[in-house]
Amino acid sequence: MLRSANFVGLLYLNLMSDVQDYIPIVLQSLVVLAFVVGTLVFAPKLGPKLSSAKKDANWECGIEADGNARFPISVRYFVIAILFVLFDVEVIFFYPYAVNFQALQLEGLMAVLIFVGFFLTGFIYVLKKGALEWEK
Amino acid sequence: MDTGLLIEKIVLIVLLFAVSLGVAAYLTLLERKVAAWMQDRIGPDRAGKWGLLQPLADGGKLFFKEDFIPANADRFLFIIGPGLAMGFAMMTSAVIPWGPNIQAFGRDIALQVADVNIGILYIMALSSVAVYGIMIGGWASNNKYSLFSAIRASSQMISYELAMGIAIITVVLMSGSLSLREIVDAQHGFWNDGYFTWNFFKQPIGFIVFFVCTVAELNRAPFDMAECESELITGHHTEYGSMKMGFFLFAEYVHLFIGSAVISALYFGGYNFPFMDYFSGNTLAILGVLAFFVKTGFFIFVIMWIRWTLPRFRYDQLMGLGWKKLIPISIVNMVITAVAVAFASGWFSTDKKDQTEPASAKMEVVADKQKLTLNQSTIKH
Repeated sequence: MLRSANFVGLLYLNLMSDVQDYIPIVLQSLVVLAFVVGTLVFAPKLGPKLSSAKKDANWECGIEADGNARFPISVRYFVIAILFVLFDVEVIFFYPYAVNFQALQLEGLMAVLIFVGFFLTGFIYVLKKGALEWEK
Repeated sequence: MDTGLLIEKIVLIVLLFAVSLGVAAYLTLLERKVAAWMQDRIGPDRAGKWGLLQPLADGGKLFFKEDFIPANADRFLFIIGPGLAMGFAMMTSAVIPWGPNIQAFGRDIALQVADVNIGILYIMALSSVAVYGIMIGGWASNNKYSLFSAIRASSQMISYELAMGIAIITVVLMSGSLSLREIVDAQHGFWNDGYFTWNFFKQPIGFIVFFVCTVAELNRAPFDMAECESELITGHHTEYGSMKMGFFLFAEYVHLFIGSAVISALYFGGYNFPFMDYFSGNTLAILGVLAFFVKTGFFIFVIMWIRWTLPRFRYDQLMGLGWKKLIPISIVNMVITAVAVAFASGWFSTDKKDQTEPASAKMEVVADKQKLTLNQSTIKH
């Protein structure tokens, strides 16, 4: 209990930044936003505008477009997406540890080695299950 | 935040904005010149001397082209897609330290828009939302090629992000900070105490993993699954025209520039260069910025070189490389680094005087904990 409270505390101390540090980022995002919106609004007014049924159709290499493009796709992509979410969350846990590596000393190292063990167990399970085999 | 600092930051932001756009524009020319050189051609040479006005001609042409929206596309998402791609690409540069502090107008000016202490996480976050531009644009076009490209691109980018994240962790572990400024400063000079200071020499495997992942995140050959011309026409921007297509192309080159800058900051010492201690003040700052741009330019060239040398991967090979090779390699590299650093700090040594003191500055909680254990031990005795 105490240990987990400490860990959250460490995370808080290190990731808490002075709010002022972020003001320039807000300024930069405003400049970028103005540029992007300005270009997207004014650039289309410069070119010619012509339209007809054939011209406005999707371009599929000169062949008549057949049906809608929003059709079901291979389930493999969804498996990859779900695995990414799982493993990325685990990878995120390493970041606060890496920052506090020197402070947590040997105890922290042991804990993380055990955590890597869990990570690898899950990873090997996924490999053996064949979830990453693209073609059977 | 005082007015002087605010003005300084605004000038820096506008300057950085212009530099990013200019570099991205001239990278399109450089890419064509490099391609021409490698294929024994001349490349663009009509607009201006050596084709130096070519980017302006291309940009001008794109502005005056017809802005086309397919009849059955989702109009709102179709317009917002390239905007997102461009916007996120231009914001990534905020946390990169471009050089040592410069003295001007009686002020000490940091050549970095924002020194936030989560710097590298900010870059990771923005490079992962960058995929939304491609995904939204590709889906909104309602074109089968675009849809395939969008799905391939997002799936590829998320796969390589894992290995990239773990490779960054090893660097963070050695420098003890997520701030890019601190990571670069930890690599001061070139040679110290009989060993190289740059992270590349301490983390060669991490560097290779990070470099491969960067190329994959940039969607560049040999990982250009998203827009392989021979299969998917040009992928997510098949239906785009005018500046909307220009935004997609521009975003790609801005990412190339920023990606190379991040590689040189993380692994090649950023603005540090050999014998930098012989200089000081503004000379050091200017030389530092030059060194940083030379390194960045070198990596841009290497990435272009790879594009014109290697053929494209097959999709299952790409996924296999990302998941089955790079992730295990980077995990093992991380564990070895952690144990090696622990060993070097003497944590395994039984002799107490060898041990390094815990870094105490930011560790108030740890201090409390030690007090607690102290109290317990006094109670016991």
